[in-house]
Order: sequence, then structure tokens, then C-alpha cells
Amino acid sequence: MAEAHPVGFQWVMEAKARGAKVIHVDPRFTRTSALADTYVPLRVGTDIVFLGGIINYVLENELDFRDYVVAYTNAASIVSDEFRDTEDLDGLFSGFDAQTRTYDPGSWQYAGQEKHTPEDMDHPMKRETASALQHESHGMQVRSEAPRDETLQHPRCVYQILKRHYARYTPEMVAEACGVPVEQFLDVCRAWTSSSGRDRTTALVYSVGWTQHSVGVQYIRTGAILQLLLGNIGRPGGGILALRGHASIQGSTDIPTLFNLLPGYLPMPNVKDHTNLDDWVEAIQHPGAKGFWGEADAYGINLLKAYWGDAATPENDFCFDYLPRISGDHGTYRTVLDMIDGKVKGYFLLGQNPAVGSAHGKAQRLGMANLDWLVVRDLFEIESATFWKDSPEIETGEIVPEECGTEVFLLPAASHVEKEGTFTQTQRMLQWREKALNPVGDRRSELWFFYHLGRLVKERLARSTDDKDRPVQDLAWDYPVSGPLEEPSAEAVLKEINGYEVETGRPLSSYTEMRSDGSTAGGCWIYAGVFADGVNQAARRKPGKDQSWVAPEWGWAWPSNRRILYNRASADPEGRPWSERKAYVWWDEEKGEWTGHDVPDFQKNKPPSYRKPEDSEGVDAIEGDDPFIMQGDGKGALYVPQGLVDGPLPTHYEPVESPFRNPLYGQQANPSRKQYDRDDNPMNPSPPEEHSEVFPFVFTTSRLTEHHTAGGMSRFLEHLSELQPEMFIEVSPALAAERGLEHMGWCHVVTARAAIEGRVMVTDRLKPLKVEGRVVHQVWLPYHWGSGGLVTGDSANDLFGITLDPNVLIQETKAGTCDVLPGRRPRGADLPRLVAEYRRRAGLVGDHHAPIVTVGDHVDVQGGGQPTDDSSERGPGQ
Amino acid sequence: MIGHNSLFGPVDPAHDAGYDDPPKRKGFFTDTSICIGCKACEVACKEWNDVPEAGFDMLGSSYDNSHSLNADQWRHVTFIEQPGRTGEQERGPRRPVDLGLPTVGPEEVGPEVGSVETGGPEVLLPDDMEGEKPDFRWLMSSDVCKHCTHAACLDVCPTGSLFRTEFGTVVVQDDICNGCGYCVPACPYGVIDRRRGSGDNKSGDNKVVLNEGIAQKCTLCYDRLRADQKPACAQACPTESIQFGDVEELRRRADERVARLHEAGVMDARLYGNDPNDGVGGAGAFFLLLDEPEVYGLPPDPVVSTKDLPKMFNRATAAAVAMLAGAAVSFLGRRR
Repeated sequence: MAEAHPVGFQWVMEAKARGAKVIHVDPRFTRTSALADTYVPLRVGTDIVFLGGIINYVLENELDFRDYVVAYTNAASIVSDEFRDTEDLDGLFSGFDAQTRTYDPGSWQYAGQEKHTPEDMDHPMKRETASALQHESHGMQVRSEAPRDETLQHPRCVYQILKRHYARYTPEMVAEACGVPVEQFLDVCRAWTSSSGRDRTTALVYSVGWTQHSVGVQYIRTGAILQLLLGNIGRPGGGILALRGHASIQGSTDIPTLFNLLPGYLPMPNVKDHTNLDDWVEAIQHPGAKGFWGEADAYGINLLKAYWGDAATPENDFCFDYLPRISGDHGTYRTVLDMIDGKVKGYFLLGQNPAVGSAHGKAQRLGMANLDWLVVRDLFEIESATFWKDSPEIETGEIVPEECGTEVFLLPAASHVEKEGTFTQTQRMLQWREKALNPVGDRRSELWFFYHLGRLVKERLARSTDDKDRPVQDLAWDYPVSGPLEEPSAEAVLKEINGYEVETGRPLSSYTEMRSDGSTAGGCWIYAGVFADGVNQAARRKPGKDQSWVAPEWGWAWPSNRRILYNRASADPEGRPWSERKAYVWWDEEKGEWTGHDVPDFQKNKPPSYRKPEDSEGVDAIEGDDPFIMQGDGKGALYVPQGLVDGPLPTHYEPVESPFRNPLYGQQANPSRKQYDRDDNPMNPSPPEEHSEVFPFVFTTSRLTEHHTAGGMSRFLEHLSELQPEMFIEVSPALAAERGLEHMGWCHVVTARAAIEGRVMVTDRLKPLKVEGRVVHQVWLPYHWGSGGLVTGDSANDLFGITLDPNVLIQETKAGTCDVLPGRRPRGADLPRLVAEYRRRAGLVGDHHAPIVTVGDHVDVQGGGQPTDDSSERGPGQ
Repeated sequence: MIGHNSLFGPVDPAHDAGYDDPPKRKGFFTDTSICIGCKACEVACKEWNDVPEAGFDMLGSSYDNSHSLNADQWRHVTFIEQPGRTGEQERGPRRPVDLGLPTVGPEEVGPEVGSVETGGPEVLLPDDMEGEKPDFRWLMSSDVCKHCTHAACLDVCPTGSLFRTEFGTVVVQDDICNGCGYCVPACPYGVIDRRRGSGDNKSGDNKVVLNEGIAQKCTLCYDRLRADQKPACAQACPTESIQFGDVEELRRRADERVARLHEAGVMDARLYGNDPNDGVGGAGAFFLLLDEPEVYGLPPDPVVSTKDLPKMFNRATAAAVAMLAGAAVSFLGRRR
């Protein structure tokens, strides 16, 4: 956190000054470790064992916050007797289809609900479209009724299932798998549990590298289970805080730049199931469930009204048919592979530098080199605009500048100080940003670019009679512009996002004002209220010292300016604070309303004693002690019966590339992961496959404070470049001795995709760990460098292949295996030769692809895992 | 006291320099125990004061690639990787903790390039190797001009380019400095430095170098102080490791902080440069360190190089008088 979020880290230091104990768990000793009270190194990719171990510690010693757990989580809910755990099936859950490597979640449901799984999509299609991502703020769409046993003794209640599931995640297993000594691990367990409960809360903070695993979503889920068990959700000082990688990454999922989402986490309709507005709305509402998604028709129709204005009427389904439909995987990696295959002709890149920043850099560059046109808008001439003349593939002859047909349009972008608008940060808080300077020269804001691009496209198509042009012709595209550049007004856009009454133009003050009859329009229902009373609430800057400690008048947080979500959980079932020390939101009996320091995340006048009427659904079905109002059953999900592609409980799977066999199950890695089996995307072998010893070391990547991600905003600036002027590779003294590496000399790192070089940084900050009885060396690389800028170097992301988490299609770029060799890498055609030689030795030849299912009858022998004769003769060490 | 010897001992430097009613003396308290090594101070300083890049050289000295305080580096963050205590970064006495970690790697010579030596699998740890290696501490500290109470650089400056401001700080006037360089060896900390020309720079593109040959160092952002603003580095520091304020108040805060750290068992915490009775009469910019000053590259007992000036003058005067007297005597002798 100190490394990548130094400004946010000031609050950790503040907490430390007040006596907080800071624990840092990381494979590498970073600036954060330097300031932490306790530093815990662990093996890359074993986080679920580590956190699962803490869950086991909590359950074994009954240290959970029992009153909270019983009342507010699904611990008491009883699961179908058809459910089989990974304990029973050696690493698979029930419902696994080995052919498609996906699950039918029928058996994961609460008892009696086996047939109620949403059938809006087949299971492989869910993975293709990252359907779990569409649940990001939806919660489980389970039905509200589930049999419960509040004594938590029923063998099939979630609590007992959880207990059995994590029973083997013992401190000894943690030591074995993660390389964390038992005593140190128990220290962490004690610190976490002793700082949780009625009087105390613990925060779990992670940075988004945590998600970049083939089990990324389940990493976060493990944290969520632990925080729920300890009563750390919905309460001050608790929570799970995702530190984003850039300004407004939260904003870019709220108003998404993702292929499968519409603003406000409305799912993008798909070709097969959402043929009309009603189908789509019903799929979101999920009849029978509790919660605010019951009003999805209003949210969806307001969005359509914002898009198509007067053209959107009840008679034409509010132009629902104008929305594009998805038909499968249109994610960024699929798109890149499609570029290589010549299926994608044009590409827009805005503030993104995939030639350096995305997994499998070579695939990114070869893909872009196979386009007809490419638009790059950035502050500097980044590698994604210059790949055709200076990428590593020029040297190897894989891209020939004279023959590269891609026409690149490089358009200078205005920087954040040259344009106005909002940033939405990790707390879901929107903060308005004033323009400090006018952009110089041809630099323009994104808003300017897209507004005028849209205007010009509309002009071109104005006289078209082709039906397919109607969505563009009918688009409501009238924003006030000002100045010589005709800059559109960002406030006007924010007003539209907020929503307004169509008749009067009055801004809405809350999403509860949104109507499904077309009388209101709003671009993103969760942002409704940011322009309440016609005031830009995001621009509020009342200093903290002039208001309450929650500081509600600084910026504006969605939804409804709430600073902590699910804060009903900060009070006990009767509506009283769990303790005076942690009082936050409570029920005022006299006034008959919820009150407190924050905006209550509950219907204001619904008393704790409220019980749902028979056959009710939606908001009415939320009972007075159901704090998790977006969940279908109103409960925090320790166990997730639906919504996830790869299982209801987090289970340790090894990274796809690992030198170790899974110590817990026969199933080695995430069986339902998204994998692209192609010759240009080989993965290093892992046990039980042979030849994993060809790539004996584990590597991971992350950021340095001095640079920003793919370097587009730092390598071009002298005052930042001089601070970290060269690509380097951190190794422990032990690995340096083993491989003959000299501090500040050169070394190169090899995987089945690439070999890259850097200066050697020998440091005690990296330590070999003892795992499963042997030593594992971990190598660390920053990923900031490329061929452009004031300081250049090889790109660490070239080392990775493309393997994705099946829930949200995020790439596994924080864990891989490699070899490390002294000296500089080969040049020219010798470079692919070196990589090919490694592939040959690793048995990655022909159409060989690693078996994915490695357990029981399901073992997938397609592709075989059979080494070539040649390589099998050449054993380790030769 | 002032009248007797204003080149040494505790004085109020602005008063001493002749300001009638100066504002309170300003300075920095840099608490290195909460420095996260982000280098924001270095960047903010360079941006505000138009300090050029100091070269794109990787030094291999942990994460420090800015080398030292010099003409192109008015703030400098030191990184010290040292064996220290296990896990516990600050609290408690050093205690050996068995992490079960290997101590040193196998001694085998690395494989030849391109061979398939397997690293991990075959290497088993002998049990007696475990836990011996002391764990690790990473110290970070942002160094800066000390703005000494008795500033030798200022005392030796023949042009009057270096002057004492009303805030008690020491500032170079670029347009008066003639680049003689007397100040450079006079500084007991090696802070002040003449800016080299483009020809001297490794990056050697024939850029015009601002203030080439001129003595350069931290001004405590004199321009910002006059506008009632914090110096750029203190403004940028995210953890308030760099605190700006009245020296008197900062000294009090520093004492409190050390006491608190001692209470928490961080017995290594100590102040550096805060004592008005030290060799420079106390620094306007002082530090809280977690180890000996030498560890951070700071002189353990700096003394203003002009400390002995009065004595030297006295001796020189005595010698001159004696010589004159001798000469006179010899003339007298001749007359006879």
C-alpha cells in the first residue's frame, strides 16, 4: 500500500500512531513491510490457504462474532442434500461437467431451492460473458426463503459446511503450503480475532493485484468470509477495501468500460435470453428474491431514456432493441486474440498501454500490428502507438515496419488538470475536479473527443435509411458546449447521469424517484442524488474539521451519499449499537426511524421488528433485521449458492503455473478457469504434468512507487524516470548464489512465452521459503518499462500467458513460473530460439495442452501431457 | 553570549544576523520512523524549484538512485537495507524469531547459460541452517540542508550571495554567487554543491543548464515562506514524516515523539541536529533517526568549520603583533 498508494497510506500511519497494529502479508518485503509491525512473507498464489487457515482458526476456537453471524449471515441456512464439497470430491464441487469444465449450481442451492437456479444462460456461456461480474453489486439472486437452523448444529447448515470445508486448512498446512511458520501464522490469527467483535473492528485492505489470479474472485471471497465471521462488515473501522490501480477505476465499473455491463451494474443483454425489455428486466429482478433489484425496470428504463430521449417510449420498449447484445466472450483478451486472427479490424485505446501493461505483451503487439486502424489517445507517444517501429518483435523480425498495415492515429489527450469532471474512488466517492489550465495545442478531453466524434458520426448517418443506423440517429446527443474548442459541459453530463424529471428537468434526489413509465430519465441509477437539488454534490469541499467524523459533506458517495455500505449491520438485530464504541447507525424508537452518523443503508422507517408479509418480494420482503439489502435472502454470504462460476466456497487451487502439487486436493488448479489453448499461448507445465522443473522459480510482478503502471505517465517525465531509471529483477542472495547472478549485473528471465532482461537487484527483501519440504525461490519484477520514454527496458508482462479467472475474466498476472539465467538475453532471432528451446524441454510442442482436470474419473487426457521422447530423456540438471 | 562569540553556541540566527523583529525561526523536523520512501519530497522540490534531473543512473544502492544531496538534489531519500529484527519493525527489543528460513543459499556455482539446472526441487535445507539469518530492516530517511544556526557556508561566502533570511534559514542568491566554491568544503554535511554544466552530465545532451557553476542547495522554499506557504517537500509528504514549522515548536514535538517511541520500546530512536549546544548551534532542519547517524550517512558530530575562527583570528593577531613587534625590535636594533 505504501508502495502503490502512498497518499492513502498516510491513514495507516495515522492509525499506527494511535496504536493500531499493522500486519503486512506479501511475497516480497516492500515499503509497506518496512513500516508494518509485522511482516509475513508467503508463497505467491497461496492466499486462500493462508486466509482459509484463519477461517479454520476462527471456527475451531469458536471466535466468530456469534450474534452477528447468526442474525446477519447465511451461516444458519441449510444447503441441499445434493451438495458435495471439495473435501468429498478431491477438489471439485458437485455439479461438475468435465466436458465443458463448468458447474451446474443446482446442488449448491439452499435446501428446497435446487430447481430455482436462474436458467437464463447455459453454464459455459456464463463463463464466456463473465456473468459473475454482472453480479458485482447484485448479490445472490436466491429466493428469500431458506430453511434455517439458528443453533448452527444442522450438519448441512452453512456454518457446519464451512467448518468441514476448512478443517484441513490447519496452521501446519499453512506452514507447508505458504511457507509461513506456525507461530507467526498464529500471531496473525490472534491479532485479527482479538481486534474484532463488539468493541473492535479490523479492516482488510488489498490492492487489485490480489484479483489478478485464476482464482482471483475467490481470494476476495475468502477475505469476505473472514470479515463476516468476525462481524467486520457494515461497521466503522471494518470492511474490505480494494485500493484501485488508478484514479476512478471504481468509476469505470460504475459507468463501465466493460463489455458485459451497462451503467449501474445492469447486465448487458445477451442475444439468446433477452429478446425484449420484459425478459431482460425479469432476469435482473429475479422474481422471488428480496431487495432493491425489484425496481430494476425503473433503473433500466431510465437508462434507455437517457440514451434515446424522446425516441424512447413505452410503445417501443423504450428503444430496448437499440442496445447491442452480447453473444459470448468479448473480453479484452479474446479481442486481442481475434486481432491476431484477423477478426477485429479497428481498436480504440484511451489511457491504456497494453503493449506494456497487459498480459502476454507479444500477443498484444502482434494483435495491434494486424489491425486496419488503431486510435490511441494518450499524454505521450506510448508503446501501444509505436509498436510497429520499436517493439521487441522488430528485432526478431516478427513485425516488419514496412509491412505493418495498421494505420495508427495518435491523438494527444488533455491531462487531469486540463479538464473537469469527477473521479470515483474506492469508497464509491465522487469528487469533482476543476480544470486548472486550458489544454495546450491539440490536446483534448475525452468528453470533447467522444462528443464530437458522436456528433460527426450522427451527421454522416443523418440521411441514412438503413434500419441499423436508427440507434445512432435517435441518440439523444445534445450537450451544451462552450469556448473556442466547443468543450461540452461535464456538469451537464453529470446531471444526466444523476437523472431528471423529463417534464420539468428537475434533478432527481434519489434513485427511489426513478419511474418506469418514461417520466424520468437517468444515466446511472446508483449515481442518482449526486446532483440533488440542482447542486453538484460531488464538488463539496467542507473541511473535515468543520463537520462530523464521517464527513458526509466532502464529495458524494453512491448510493445516497452513504459512506459505509450495509451499515444496518452496525446495530444489533434490535437496532441498538453493538457497543457504544462502535455506534454508527441505530434505530430511534421515539422518532420511529433509523438514524446515526451516516445515511442508514435501510428503509428509514422500517423497524427492526418488521417481518415480511406472506408471498412478498423485492423491497417489501426485506425484514427489519436483514442488513444485506441487495442479497436475495438479505444475509451476508458466507456460502454463495449462485452467481459464481467456480464454486460456492473458496478452495485452494495452485496457480496455473506452479512448481508444486496442490497439497490439499487432487485437483491442481482452478478446473473451470478460462483458458485459450493456442500455440501462441503456451502455459508452463505444472504438476502432475511432467517437466515443471524446467521453470523452477516462482515469479510475481508489481509496482514501484516511482512509476505508474505501464509507465505512460512516468517514463516520459524526467523527475520520475531518474528515480527508477532501469528495469531490474529482484532476487534473494541465495538465488543469486545458485544462478551466479551479480548485484547490478544483468540477468534474464525465461518463460514459455518470452525472455526478458534486467539489472540484478540482490536483496534480503526477497527470501526463499521452505514449502512442502523444499526451498522455493521467488523472483520479483516491476512491470513499468517498455521501449519508449526517457528510460527504457524490457516489459515484465511479456512473460505471462493468458489464463483468466472464470468469474470476471481477469488475467493471472501475479503468479507464474520461470527460469533465471545470468547475463543479457539473446538478441535478434536467437531470442525466439531460446524460448523455443525451453518450450521443447518443457514438452510444449505440437498441439500439446496441459490437462486441466487432474482428479478422479474426470481426468482430462485430451492433449495428453505426454512429453516428447527427446525432452523426457533430458532430465533435470542436464 | 551573542556579543562574545556568535560563531558558536545557541543563538537566534535571524536576530544575530541583524533582523530587528524577525518572525519565528522556521525549519524541518524529519521523522524518519514514518518515512515510507516515496520520494515525493524529491519530486516536489525539483518541480517547485526548477531543479534539473540528476542523471538516469541506476546505482544499486537499494532504491536510492539519486545518490546524495548535491546541486541537483536538494532533498535526498536514503534507503538502508540492514539486518535487523524479525517481523517486528519497530516495537520491542530485538528478539530472535525462528522463521524456519534458510540462511544462505547453496554454495554451488550457478549453471552455465542455457542449462536446465533445476533450482528449487532438489535443494533441501539442512535443518541446522534454519533460522540463523537475522531478519531485515529497511530504513528510509529524507535528508536536506540543515540550515545551521552557525552556517559555515554563509560565513565563508566572499560575495554575500549566501545570506541569512528573516526566517533564520540560509539561502543562496543565484544572481550574486560567482561560483567560487568556498562554501562547498566549508559545509560539515557536504550539502552545498556547485551545479555542473551539461558537459559534465552523463545524459550529456547539450541542454542549457540553469545556474551552471552556481552554488545550489535547499532554500527551505524561501519564496513559499514569504507567501505563507509550506515548503514544497513538506507539502507533498504523505505521512508527515517531513514536518515544517517554528523550530522551537518542532523541537518540542520531536522530544515528545522520541519519548513516545521509547515508551513503545523503540529504544533506538534518537534525535539528530536538535541540540542548540551541538557543533553547529543546532540545525534548523533536524531528524529523528532509528540508528546511528553514520548508518544514514550523516556525520556523528558535525562542527561548523568556522567554529575556531575567533581563536584563529586571535592567534593570527597575536602572531602578527609578535611579528610586528619583532620587526620593530629588529629595526630598533639596527638603529643602534
